[in-house]
Amino acid sequence: MPHTHPTHHYQLPHFEGDILQITDLHFSYPDGHAALHGIQLCLAQGEKVALVGPNGAGKSTLMLHLNGILGDSGAVTVAGLPLNPKTLPQIRAAVGLVFQNPDDQLFSPTVFEDVAFGPLHMGLPEAEIHIRVDAALESVRMSAYRERLSHHLSVGEKKRIAIATVLAMNPRLLVLDEPSAGLDPRARRTLIHLLRDLPITMLVSTHDLALAKELFPRMIIMDEGRIVADGPTLELLQDQGLLEAHGLEKP
Amino acid sequence: MLFSPAPLHIPDGFLSLIISLFFWVITVVAVGMAISKTNKTLGEKQVPLMGIMAAFIFAAQMLNFPVAGGTSGHFLGGTLAAIVLGPWAAILVVTAVVGLQGLLFQDGGLLVMGANIFNMGILTALIGFGLYRSVINANKTTRLIVAGLGAWLATMAAALLASLQLWLSGTSQLQVVIPAMLGVHALIGIGEALVTVAALAFIMQARPDLLDAKAVVEKGGRGWIYGGVLISILTVLLSPFASGDPDGLERVAETMGFLDRGLSASYQILPDYTVPFLGETALSTIVAGMVGALVLLGILVLIGGLLKRRAS
Amino acid sequence: MHADAFDRYYHAESPLHRLDPRVKVFLTVAFILSNALLSDGVWAAFGLAWLLILFANRFSGLGVEFSFKRSFIALPFALAAVSAIFIPAGQPLAEWTIGPIQLVPTDFGLMRFASILLRSWLSVQAGILLVAVTQFPDMIHAFEHLRVPAILTTIIAFLYRYLFVLTDEVMRLLRARESRSAALPGLKSGGSLFWRARVAGNMAGQLFLRSYERSDRIYNAMLARGYQGQMRTLRSHTMTRRDWLILSLGLFALIFLQLLARL
Repeated sequence: MPHTHPTHHYQLPHFEGDILQITDLHFSYPDGHAALHGIQLCLAQGEKVALVGPNGAGKSTLMLHLNGILGDSGAVTVAGLPLNPKTLPQIRAAVGLVFQNPDDQLFSPTVFEDVAFGPLHMGLPEAEIHIRVDAALESVRMSAYRERLSHHLSVGEKKRIAIATVLAMNPRLLVLDEPSAGLDPRARRTLIHLLRDLPITMLVSTHDLALAKELFPRMIIMDEGRIVADGPTLELLQDQGLLEAHGLEKP
Repeated sequence: MLFSPAPLHIPDGFLSLIISLFFWVITVVAVGMAISKTNKTLGEKQVPLMGIMAAFIFAAQMLNFPVAGGTSGHFLGGTLAAIVLGPWAAILVVTAVVGLQGLLFQDGGLLVMGANIFNMGILTALIGFGLYRSVINANKTTRLIVAGLGAWLATMAAALLASLQLWLSGTSQLQVVIPAMLGVHALIGIGEALVTVAALAFIMQARPDLLDAKAVVEKGGRGWIYGGVLISILTVLLSPFASGDPDGLERVAETMGFLDRGLSASYQILPDYTVPFLGETALSTIVAGMVGALVLLGILVLIGGLLKRRAS
Repeated sequence: MHADAFDRYYHAESPLHRLDPRVKVFLTVAFILSNALLSDGVWAAFGLAWLLILFANRFSGLGVEFSFKRSFIALPFALAAVSAIFIPAGQPLAEWTIGPIQLVPTDFGLMRFASILLRSWLSVQAGILLVAVTQFPDMIHAFEHLRVPAILTTIIAFLYRYLFVLTDEVMRLLRARESRSAALPGLKSGGSLFWRARVAGNMAGQLFLRSYERSDRIYNAMLARGYQGQMRTLRSHTMTRRDWLILSLGLFALIFLQLLARL
């Protein structure tokens, strides 16, 4: 599928090397519950990685660290920038985070306003915002929905628009939380095609191991706040003992 | 039908221009203050929290429960919002709800929206939060009882003020509208009180942090106690007087020079409300209404300032 | 429940749909204000106001009777004005005695009652037409352009977006209650009023907490997309010459109407 991103001056500066580096990340919630214990993780450019594990393993908590919504420990580096209050706006532009429930992600009355929210709050000029919105909708194949009201969309359509809302920010890293949850088989298939065709580095948390097998060459298994396995998806899926130990089932 | 217009949402045409503008001025000032206050306390979270809470109130108004004989009570939610979110946030939330109901569903008019917001938002915040804050250090049962009382009184106060507005606009006769409105709302208020208490008890159990004394005190100063108690006492004193002896109220108004001419044109109801050099024109009425509202506001701010000085 | 239950917009290709939302909002408010300025019994002016409504309906592409058919929502409130019929002023028209109460309708009272209803009926129709030809988000923008504080309009935009989500949640709660509200023959079911109110209260409390937590998640989603506490909006509407023309025509009509009422 031909895929075009607008060429213009509002790109992030060129960068080569690991998109994401996490060294020894720890995190406890204010109520004392410890959610992450010493996470180590590197993501190279262009990689598509699945993040799996049982509920409560810390997947969502980890994702909220990737653009600084949680934590300030300095353990996260995105495209060479260490995460701190000063770099926060730049890192939020570089990491596109798509939440599990599209109703939490799509908070504006119309599709256009929602997709424009990110570019608008990055301070882009109006003409550029329109270009970005159109390109983002095009890449999730929802161009016809530009003027639609968000509450008129189906769950599958909402998920695609939710992805468009972060694509419009031209992120270097796309982080998706449970993208296939609650989708019917057809909408799930559409989503798989969409994710396969997007030329962006991706970290995707999922319970859907069939999806992981189909889309993501690399897989990370988390349990109880730790990374317990990290390797080629096909290999890890062969390890019956490993899967069972962490409440996973071979697809 | 999911959406039944509540009797407190006055449509356009039922209030005179002068009354409508008078309450618009007060409401605009109060909402302006609410915006800046909540902005200070909530910061960046203000917009999403207020927006979702407004949607909560809207949705919760669909929670009906059978009362008797095929009628059902339904929840209004203003007092609950005032206690849990604080009075300023509650004013903002109810403003959004009343605004949407008026704009999208014509449930309540546009010109009279100031009055509707005042009756349902500002009065409710004063009574609901003021009374609850006055017993903030008491035990749980007392707090719940006072919250229920506040919910009932806030409903009654809104009905009373709406009746007075209708009467002053020359739309209704006092001896009819007061007993009718207060009678209906005494019942609606009981449902409101029961649901508010149950919802509050639920929240106290699940999220005690939202309702501990410190959290409540942070949301509004002692001024709210004085205001809330004062309006509650006024409501309690005025309601039986007005429904038992409406002629009495009319006499009082007459001796105060309120109503000496009949109920002719909608804007002539308060004939003293004209500005000399503008003559008795519509413009004069509008200006007079605004001046009246500003004077009242000035007095309120002055009283508030004095109370604050004494408290500190 | 289908989301459309709360939509009041009716799509059509019409001059009124294309009109700038600011002009529509402004003229609607001006029309309602003009109704409030009309004295009692100026029937010619009321008639002209009604003609303006018919005219607007005609150009909405939704049919001349569109707003008329939907205009009875404010009717229950008319009860509040019934007592005006018996205002003791002008000529008595009749004398009705019902038990101990004596009712005397007067011509003045009747005129007052009719005028109140007319004012309300005309104003409600203007509001109905406004939301039928304007998408609600456009209307919110119009208020923003007309200097309503952005915080307030954004809160209303959030309210509009989430009323669909939260009412769905309420419907699920109600359905769950319904499906467990069983009764056995011969046994009284449903509990006391107190108990029923408590069930509703628990549902309200639950809904409150869910909404409260949802607002946290939405806040995160906003932060993730660069929100820093300042709401920004695109000001994409521009007034065309046609918009200005219609705005002035509308205002002229209303001024003429006010003059007619004062002849």
